[in-house]
Amino acid sequence: MVAEPKIENDNASVELLERARSALGTVCDPEIPVLTIEDLGVLRDVSITENECVHVVITPTYSGCPAMNTISMDIETALNKVGIDKVKVELVLSPAWTTDWMSEEGRQKLLEYGIAPPAKGGTTASLFGKPEIACPQCGSKNTEKLAEFGSTACKALYRCKACLEPFDYFKCL
Amino acid sequence: MLAANVDETLEIDREALFQLALRLGDTSLILGHRLSEWAGHAPILDEDIALSNLGLDLIGQARSFLTYAGEVEGRGRDEDQLAYMRNAPEYRNLLMVELPRGDFAFTMVRQFLFSAFQLPFYQQMMQSRDKTLAAIAAKAEKEMAYHLRHSSQWVVRLGDGTKESHERTQNALNSLWTYTGEMFETDASLKALIEAGIYCDPASIRETWNKSVDDVLQQATLTRPETGWMQSGALTGRHSEHLSHLLAEMQSVQRAYPGLKW
Repeated sequence: MVAEPKIENDNASVELLERARSALGTVCDPEIPVLTIEDLGVLRDVSITENECVHVVITPTYSGCPAMNTISMDIETALNKVGIDKVKVELVLSPAWTTDWMSEEGRQKLLEYGIAPPAKGGTTASLFGKPEIACPQCGSKNTEKLAEFGSTACKALYRCKACLEPFDYFKCL
Repeated sequence: MLAANVDETLEIDREALFQLALRLGDTSLILGHRLSEWAGHAPILDEDIALSNLGLDLIGQARSFLTYAGEVEGRGRDEDQLAYMRNAPEYRNLLMVELPRGDFAFTMVRQFLFSAFQLPFYQQMMQSRDKTLAAIAAKAEKEMAYHLRHSSQWVVRLGDGTKESHERTQNALNSLWTYTGEMFETDASLKALIEAGIYCDPASIRETWNKSVDDVLQQATLTRPETGWMQSGALTGRHSEHLSHLLAEMQSVQRAYPGLKW
């Protein structure tokens, strides 16, 4: 995955890595701004390569996710802001991203934002089952799917039959 | 974007691998483009969004395949050059995907016939000894499950709907049927890649595909057409007239301003 040798032994590199990690912790998904790319599991690896270059590895949620270019730019900007100019962002497909990589904190933030978090265990087989989706507003499981494809590729549109609020559901993948 | 990482122990014919990556990439790209033509024209807003989403997945897959094709070819061409600067005879997509989008029934039947093949196909390709193709397949497989489910539901709804929708869906099925043979086609280069464990033998998918198709057609009260003569042309780049028209539109900006970036 990483072509150049990693250099993490000396103090300067350790400090650089810490600074990079903390800056990357502020990069959010442009379409779900309450989640950081770390919460989402899109951020896969950060390392220091030759010449103090920060190597950031990210993976797309969906093959055609249009947010990836923006995320790459946001990563560079966030690192530039803390004085890191040598940045390489690499996009990898393998292993394929799954909603199971979303952190507990991320799932909680999603819920508070009004988006139902994905059902756990996102395998192809489970796609054909009918997961119980709880309404993020009132918590009722008496909900119905309105549309398989919602406001972004990763979301479906649901409606709560108890409180009547429509809501987004982050599809499990 | 993706590192070329074919298992180095493999003796592979790079030209054959390049052609395969084009076949997969071009098929996704052209179908994705056909779906994008529905934006603003679908019968209901939900479906407008759904078709755009399916198209987006396919174009994302195409980008990965074409980037890889460029790396395998080794002549410095990237995804954009391959997509925008080739002529119709250099395209390797299945003929089925270049046919005009037709009515909504035609679009959905095509999506269904294609996805019913593509899902088990990607599941097999996840085992490919070519690590890049396996990675793209693993990513695409999950998306294809949604495509299959969505298009199956529509084929059932339309087939088992009104007299009008039933007729249109049956007509679409009849005209698309002769294009389904190509998905299972192989030639000497593909056979060599199957032998090397890079491509999966499409014959092994036939049974799964037949079952998906029969199940859905039965629920949709549609009649499976007789299998006879099949269209063919993707492997040699012999296309219908429709592809050139599609490319003329899709490529117009890059042809007018080569190398233009957004």
